[in-house]
Amino acid sequence: MKGKYSLRASVTSELVFQDCKIPKDRILPGVKGLRGPFSCLNNARFGISWGALGAAMACFHSAKTYTLSRIQFDHPIASYQLVQNKLAWMLREITKGQLLAYHLGKKKDAGTWIPEQISLAKMNNVDIALDIARMARDMHGANGILDEYPIMRHMANLESVKTYEGTHDIHNLIIGKHITGIQAFTRTI
Amino acid sequence: MEPYEGLDFYDIESLLSEEEIMIRDMVRDWVDEEVLPNIEKACEDGVFPDEWRVALGEMGVLGAPLKGYDCPGLSYVAYGLICQELERGDSGLRSFASVQGSLAMYPIWDFGTEEQKNYYLPKLTSGEWIGCFGLTEPDYGSNPGDMITKAEDKGDHYLLNGAKMWITNGTIAQVAIVWAKLRWSNSWFHR
Repeated sequence: MKGKYSLRASVTSELVFQDCKIPKDRILPGVKGLRGPFSCLNNARFGISWGALGAAMACFHSAKTYTLSRIQFDHPIASYQLVQNKLAWMLREITKGQLLAYHLGKKKDAGTWIPEQISLAKMNNVDIALDIARMARDMHGANGILDEYPIMRHMANLESVKTYEGTHDIHNLIIGKHITGIQAFTRTI
Repeated sequence: MEPYEGLDFYDIESLLSEEEIMIRDMVRDWVDEEVLPNIEKACEDGVFPDEWRVALGEMGVLGAPLKGYDCPGLSYVAYGLICQELERGDSGLRSFASVQGSLAMYPIWDFGTEEQKNYYLPKLTSGEWIGCFGLTEPDYGSNPGDMITKAEDKGDHYLLNGAKMWITNGTIAQVAIVWAKLRWSNSWFHR
């Protein structure tokens, strides 16, 4: 697909099948219904909950390095309280996300996880990563828009990550159903 | 910029196994040496560099948590660390690995026949083949249950009709996992 501002180093395609002959031995016999794709997505979403932290850590690292070296009003901007507040918030959210991801990883290894826990981790960690990327762009000032820094690329990428593999809002509905027992996906109007 | 150092305020590293730390550092070093110097060019050109496919296969990180059939058989924590380090490079790179491992290899590993597993998995974990996953359609994103892609039983084969959209690796893949509706099932697989 052409015209993407996000995930530009990844190939994204549309596939069209017209009277496409498929030999019978190509079917996957072990699954029926949506349980098939959903179990794949659970594993992918688990990976995303860790991956988003990688993007967030890259933005944090760049923001920390930049603000320690950028001098304004005779001092590094990292010495100002508003900048330190932003760095502290980034560290706080990344640390919480890491504990979430690690604990979920141990639950995956032990086989004691439920899909709603994966929804929460994917939703939270992508959400904070995107906020961290945007905040890092702000802290880099005008330099933040340049490809010399990874910030804008991560920020644009994370917009896709927020939407794919279950959108942020759909994961909220999955957790909403878990809390209330009432599904809010479909209705008759 | 200063050399990259991971953020680990709560010393999560102390909870990792030696193997997990080794794999994380291997992927981290590869991202520093091969990905970051080339990522802006790849984005400008809108391509996934083929050398990255080869390197991911050689590092043994594709389908990380799957066991048997030449797959790495690592822990889920190790798989998470691999994703973290790849996405520190770029989300598109991590997407490639996610689709290959979790969306193309995993369904074959879990739902395939022994013959299918032996045929596909070794070539997918080595990176020789690329996999993709077709669930989303132009008009069905969050609501995959209403997909319109159909497979009709024609006796000795199936006839597949429909369209899938936003398919990562779609046009560079040798293996496509395609989900379609059948009268009795909606699992589908096609190469």
